[in-house]
Amino acid sequence: MTLADYRKKRGEPLIREDADDAHDDKHPSAMEYVQIGVILAIITAVEVALYYIDMDFTLLVTLLCMLSVVKFSMVVLWFMHLKFDATLFTVLFSSGMALTFAVFAVIIAVQRGSLT
Amino acid sequence: MAHATATDHMETSTGIDNRKLLMWLFLASDCLLFGSFIAAYLLYRGRSVVGPYPEDLFDIPFTSVSAFILLMSSVTMVLALAAIQRGNVRNMRIWIFTTAVLGTLFIGGQVFEFTEFNHEGLSLSTNLFGTTFFVLTGFHGAHVTVGVLILMSLFVVSMRGGIQQKDSLAVELAGLYWHFVDIVWIVIFTLVYLIQP
Repeated sequence: MTLADYRKKRGEPLIREDADDAHDDKHPSAMEYVQIGVILAIITAVEVALYYIDMDFTLLVTLLCMLSVVKFSMVVLWFMHLKFDATLFTVLFSSGMALTFAVFAVIIAVQRGSLT
Repeated sequence: MAHATATDHMETSTGIDNRKLLMWLFLASDCLLFGSFIAAYLLYRGRSVVGPYPEDLFDIPFTSVSAFILLMSSVTMVLALAAIQRGNVRNMRIWIFTTAVLGTLFIGGQVFEFTEFNHEGLSLSTNLFGTTFFVLTGFHGAHVTVGVLILMSLFVVSMRGGIQQKDSLAVELAGLYWHFVDIVWIVIFTLVYLIQP
């Protein structure tokens, strides 16, 4: 029995509401998108400014990585609508990201010689 | 025959449109592709025995402008989607076209950068930096190129009246792909260009 059959049997809607594109009222307005774009542009400017500031390398890497994560998250959550869409999309994308981080972790471990 | 409305869906076992599900699956798998290339770049960073080295070649102001252009193209892309979801086909066309132009500008910048690096003596086989850098940024550039082709196709189809509010999913799928190449560049810009030990 498919999920669709199961839902029919139980009298539930075949399409989940959170997967429905018709729920535009949950999505940000055009002005909100522009505001997010301005924030992203400001963060990019800060990143470039940090590059030219003479500071401790570890601190620089930490700050740049934090800013990068903020930009990444803003694009994924708002522009790609992951914040408003079906949870399954978040699970799928997070799985891909988790595997990617696992690859990173293994490579860093190899680089440090702890896995050789 | 009546056309389907934006709220009509095919029956699927997940209750989610299969095309959108497939796009997210593709993006999740593409994360691994770029993750592997970025990891390879980081693994071999600083291990080139002959030059030129990144610090000899990178032009941060130029790349910052390229990064800004691609970031802003994500804004225009999401505005295109917002327009078509509200039934404004004209605005959708304008934003789609703007996004394609910004993407083309980014690719032009990358071609210029690659040419400059090549003139400075860096090729795919010069050293570990050349190999890992060109493979990573080249694959990203190829993704952007495909994105521009998709956007231009959407633009042409919409000019022929082939895209209406009910077809907003086509714009949404193109947008998902476009935003993905943007977030990949966010990571590349930080890890490859801005963080140089």
